[in-house]
Amino acid sequence: MALSRSNWRSMAEAIAIPIGAILVAMVLFGIFCAFYGKNPFAIYASIYKSAFSNWRAFQGSLLRAAPLMLTALCTALPARLGLMIIGNEGALVMGALGAITAGLLLSYGSVLPPPEQVQNLLGVPPVVVMLAMALAGMAAGGIWIGIAGALRHYRAVNETISSLLMNYIAIALLNHLVEGPMKDPASLNKPSTFPLPEIYKLGNIPSTRIHYGLIFGLILCIVAYFLIQHTTFGFAARTAGGNVKAARVAGLPVGKLTVTICFLAGACAGLAGMVEVAAVQGQANASIVAGYGYAGILVAFVARYNPLAAILVSILLGGIVASGGALQRTFGMPDATVLLFQGLVFIVVLYSESLYGRFPIFKDKPPEPAPPNPLHSSPCISLGVAEKQDKLKRTSKHPAPFSSPDSATPKFEV
Amino acid sequence: MTEVADAVTQAMTPIPGVVPPPDLEVVNMSKHFGTLIALDNVSMKLKPATFHALLGENGAGKSTLVKCIMGFYKPTSGQVMIDGRVCQIDSPRDAQRYGIGMVYQHFTSVPSMTVAENLVLSRYDSPGLINWKQEYQELTAFMEAAPFKLPLDATIAQLAAGQKQKLEILKQLYLKSKILILDEPTSVLTPAEADEVLGLIRQQVTDGKISVLMISHKFREIMAFADEITVLRKGKFAGAGRVKDLTVSEMAEMMMGEKREPQPVKKVAHREPIPVLEIRDIHANKDNGLEAVAGVNLTVHSGEIVGIAGISGNGQRELVEVLAGQRPATAGQVLVNGEPYTMTRAEMDKHRVFVLPEEPLRNACVPHMSVAENLALRTFDRPPQAKGFLLVFKAIHEMALGLINTFKIKTPSPETPVGNLSGGNIQRTVLARELHSDHIKLLIAANPCFGLDFAAVDYIHGQILEARNRGVAILLVSEDLDELLKLSDRILVISGGKFAYESKTEEADFAQIGQSMAGH
Repeated sequence: MALSRSNWRSMAEAIAIPIGAILVAMVLFGIFCAFYGKNPFAIYASIYKSAFSNWRAFQGSLLRAAPLMLTALCTALPARLGLMIIGNEGALVMGALGAITAGLLLSYGSVLPPPEQVQNLLGVPPVVVMLAMALAGMAAGGIWIGIAGALRHYRAVNETISSLLMNYIAIALLNHLVEGPMKDPASLNKPSTFPLPEIYKLGNIPSTRIHYGLIFGLILCIVAYFLIQHTTFGFAARTAGGNVKAARVAGLPVGKLTVTICFLAGACAGLAGMVEVAAVQGQANASIVAGYGYAGILVAFVARYNPLAAILVSILLGGIVASGGALQRTFGMPDATVLLFQGLVFIVVLYSESLYGRFPIFKDKPPEPAPPNPLHSSPCISLGVAEKQDKLKRTSKHPAPFSSPDSATPKFEV
Repeated sequence: MTEVADAVTQAMTPIPGVVPPPDLEVVNMSKHFGTLIALDNVSMKLKPATFHALLGENGAGKSTLVKCIMGFYKPTSGQVMIDGRVCQIDSPRDAQRYGIGMVYQHFTSVPSMTVAENLVLSRYDSPGLINWKQEYQELTAFMEAAPFKLPLDATIAQLAAGQKQKLEILKQLYLKSKILILDEPTSVLTPAEADEVLGLIRQQVTDGKISVLMISHKFREIMAFADEITVLRKGKFAGAGRVKDLTVSEMAEMMMGEKREPQPVKKVAHREPIPVLEIRDIHANKDNGLEAVAGVNLTVHSGEIVGIAGISGNGQRELVEVLAGQRPATAGQVLVNGEPYTMTRAEMDKHRVFVLPEEPLRNACVPHMSVAENLALRTFDRPPQAKGFLLVFKAIHEMALGLINTFKIKTPSPETPVGNLSGGNIQRTVLARELHSDHIKLLIAANPCFGLDFAAVDYIHGQILEARNRGVAILLVSEDLDELLKLSDRILVISGGKFAYESKTEEADFAQIGQSMAGH
């Protein structure tokens, strides 16, 4: 049937183009390596070996993939509403701050506990503390991106710019807090908050060195997919994202949708911040700002805003990041090499957005014999117009996310 | 009409001092899209200095034919001959070289640029450096001589639809095209504007300056302005002739393949009309912040069609957008069934308000979502299509199959993105969604038949009347006065954001309607 074939082709296109883009980026990176005097094949072999070749190495990749899954959602969810949010890093930082604040308050009763208190915990059960930290992190991140969404809807402020600039505010706030109001006097060289007590730290999945953040990431990606594709809320969001005028005709609350989606997106990145605090750092300091937020944008793009695809892309990118150390050690490449590779992937993937609909192999062929469809048998005057227009449309450019004018709130309104 | 045609017969002998337009002939033109035959061995001849109409229903191959002439499509077989010589036209730019220019159905001007900039932009030989002083002098001189005037400094976004269409035609005159191809040039114009524009073009033809090949659905225009017609049906040549030798029913027969009488409109009288929609002193702004609707009051009763006529750009679009929830009102109140109405989904649901906005793809559909999803836009959050907050895809799919059948939406499958359908089928999709409910109480429709063929127009009119006879209150905003006079019980004219005329349709005074539309 026409339906299954057309789905098959567009799915093949959706898979082949990002993979092709990554391959092209690998060739470009290979050229860079060759100029650097290294054998690109040896480098790729080394990346594979240190990221995916065995379970132990793969755990390292998964460990780095966990926050990427969460931060990717911060871009992927609003994208379905036609919003381009890149405030992932800021939301992650705010989530980390929210989580550490909640964690310290529930541990010691204060973010600046006096020395005698450090030995004396309040005795709140670990599950409660962790849950509170997760909720606080999500709320902080959610509010952060929710502000960008509200500014967008109510004051027509460009959400891409505002969320980008809010990253800097969040990082500055973090630096201010860890160097002043929340500084642990013991942290001299590296200003940090007080550390979380060991019992309140998010542990590892048994018999691995992967923390539970990976589970959070997997669950949230699946939930996000379900939310967008299978719920009435997701339907409303996709409608508003596809054509805000149609959404208004249907009476959908566009403003509420915008702010809610932005809140949820920020909450995902905020949870990543909580994971960084509770599982990795044990405290909040400048190490929180490790670029997971920005890498999450890349993941969302490569995954074409599909939360399930984001899982796979996160693991791939996690592996590349994990292999950075090995490249440095084995080949003597600068540690920025991996960033360069990431940057190349990002640019090529952005470019590849313009390729959808350009390859004849992914185009539906017009049905060879007219399918025995009751609609065709009726004497329809406009016979063939749909096919003709299909043809025309497929030759035109697939709308790239930045060029699409279908943003949720086109005009200023109060 | 015959006077015009006679005048043309004289005009065919060259007038001294005027370079006559060339003779254009299409020989055995075919165009296949894969296995679809859009154009099958069509030949036609456009004599110099004639006004030739290309007639046919949607999908008959008219647009394909002219796009082949323009070099927009490469014909599968067949030739274009100009002055008896075979010409290879591979692009609109080639066509321009032969003096052929086309005015497309949709505007092709840059909205943020001025009229002058758009005119200069349209030139294929635009210089690298533009001497604006000189260009302005030339453009001013051109405007003086042009059949219609536009302010050179106005940006396109400020122009009304009629003015934009005039600019498209001016562009071709500016490019010194000798053969003008017009693709439904009046579909965006009011009858008065259409007559004005076509009359001015007609004058150019009569003066022997240009030839015109016009795609049209409208017999009225063809009878009034065209000399000859060629009719296409389902991609094939279906007839040709001189307008003065033909009657409307003969042309319709060529076009439809059979005779058809316009169906008489049956209206049921309702005894006790209840006010359903009350608009109280509504004000609204245009996109640019200027006031478009300047305080209107209106009541629409159950079982009544209230028609709003007016030249486009007089606030009717903004008024509909306010009622559809797409634009905030700056002042005033809307009541439905006596309760304040703020266009939320809950209120739409409660009062059974439905909307058929103009340009359905832009205003009422999500192009990349499927036909089924678009059909479910009103109902996806209610049982049986939703269980709690979960979507029930089976119910959505089943409703779509039903509506596709009932409303004869031609789509490869319910999962096809609605943006891939043809205009008529997109219209049907929206119509199906908005009209299939039995409980509909209020319908707001804006130019529901814009750009559709006869069969589709008849069908939509039938659906609207049927709804009225069921007791639905209908507000119909249209730029087609004939449509309003046919359907409405009461007719109002909007001019400058205010109602300038109101009467029952049977008592309507046409002269006064015309004057009110023109702002007198």
